[in-house]
Amino acid sequence: MANGQRARLVIRHSSFVIFLMDEGLRNELQKQGIYTVKLEELYNWGRKNSVWPLSFGLACCAIEMMAASMARWDLARFGAEVFRPSPRQADLMIVAGTVTKKMTPQVVRLFNQMPEPKYVIAMGACAISGGPFKQGYNVLKGIDRFIPVDVHIPGCPPRPEALLHAFMTLQKKIDEQKLTGPNRARHCDPDAPSEFPIPQFGEHDLVPPSNPNVWKPAVVVRG
Amino acid sequence: MDAAATYSPAQFIAVFAIAAAGFALGPLALAWLWAKKFSPQKPGPTKNAIYECGLESKGDAWVQFRSEYYLYGIIFLVFDVETIFLLPFAVAFGGLSVGAFLAMMVFLLLLAEGLVWAWTKGVLTWK
Repeated sequence: MANGQRARLVIRHSSFVIFLMDEGLRNELQKQGIYTVKLEELYNWGRKNSVWPLSFGLACCAIEMMAASMARWDLARFGAEVFRPSPRQADLMIVAGTVTKKMTPQVVRLFNQMPEPKYVIAMGACAISGGPFKQGYNVLKGIDRFIPVDVHIPGCPPRPEALLHAFMTLQKKIDEQKLTGPNRARHCDPDAPSEFPIPQFGEHDLVPPSNPNVWKPAVVVRG
Repeated sequence: MDAAATYSPAQFIAVFAIAAAGFALGPLALAWLWAKKFSPQKPGPTKNAIYECGLESKGDAWVQFRSEYYLYGIIFLVFDVETIFLLPFAVAFGGLSVGAFLAMMVFLLLLAEGLVWAWTKGVLTWK
C-alpha cells in the first residue's frame, strides 16, 4: 500500500482480480471500458446500504420514525428496516424524542454498548437542543453534549421525509469515510474512543453537565 | 462407461461438504482478517456489560425459591399423572385382564394415598 498505491478490485468479464493500481492506470482502464473500484468504496457501499437502527424511541418523534419504517415511506429502500432490539446488533442510534436528564445516562450507556462502526441521528428539536423544553429544568439541551451526533434533524416532530433525508445524509457521510490515513473513520482509528463517559443523575443537573471532548459549541464573540 | 460413473458417490459428497464448509467459513475468515487489518477492537466496561437495555444490573441473580413449593409439586403430580394414566385405562377397560386391573388399582391407591396425606396436612385449604 506504499507510494500512493491502493488495493483495487477489478471487475472484467465477470472475473474478480485484486491487485495494486494507481490513479492513472485506473483512468486509462476506464477509457477501455474496464471499471475498477477501491476496496474502501466497496466496503463503504456495503455498509451504507445496511445500516441497522436500534429500536429505541423516547417521545413523539418515535411515532414518525415508526411511520418512516412502514409501507408508505418504506425505510427498507435504504436497507435500514432491520430495527434491532439489542445495541449489540445495531449500527445506528436514532435519538427520537425528548431526552430527559434522568434518561440521559441510559442513552449514553446504550450508545456505548453498540459496536463500532456506529452512528447517531438526533431526531427532532428536543434531541438536538431541548426543543420546547429547553428552558426547563429536567430536559437535556441536546444529546450532542454527550455522544457524537452525525446528523441533526430539526422539526417538532420532523416528518418521515426528514428522517429519510437524514438517512441519505448519513449514507453520504459513510460513503466518504476513509479506511486508512490521518482522517480515517473513528472505528478504524485504534486511539479514538468507542465508549463515552456516562453522566450521573445528580442533585441539580447531570454530573458532568456535558462532555467537553464531544460537545464543542461555537464561541459567540460580541462587540 | 462415462467419466462420472468411475467416481464413488462418497467423493461427490466430500467435494460438496468441502465447498459448503468453505462458503460458511470463508466469509468468517475474511471478516476476521478485515477486522485485524482495519478495525481495531475496542472493548470497555460498559460494552462488555452483560445487561443490554441501558440500565445497570443490580443485585444477585442467585435468588432462592421457597422450599414449600414441593407441596404444590406433589399435588400437581397426583392429579396430572392420574389424568394421564386414567384416560387410557378407561378406554381399554373392557379388554383388561384381572392382573392389569389390580395393578392399576394399586397405582391409583398410591396416588390416592398421597392425596389423603396432603389433605390431612391441610395443603388443599385455601389461605
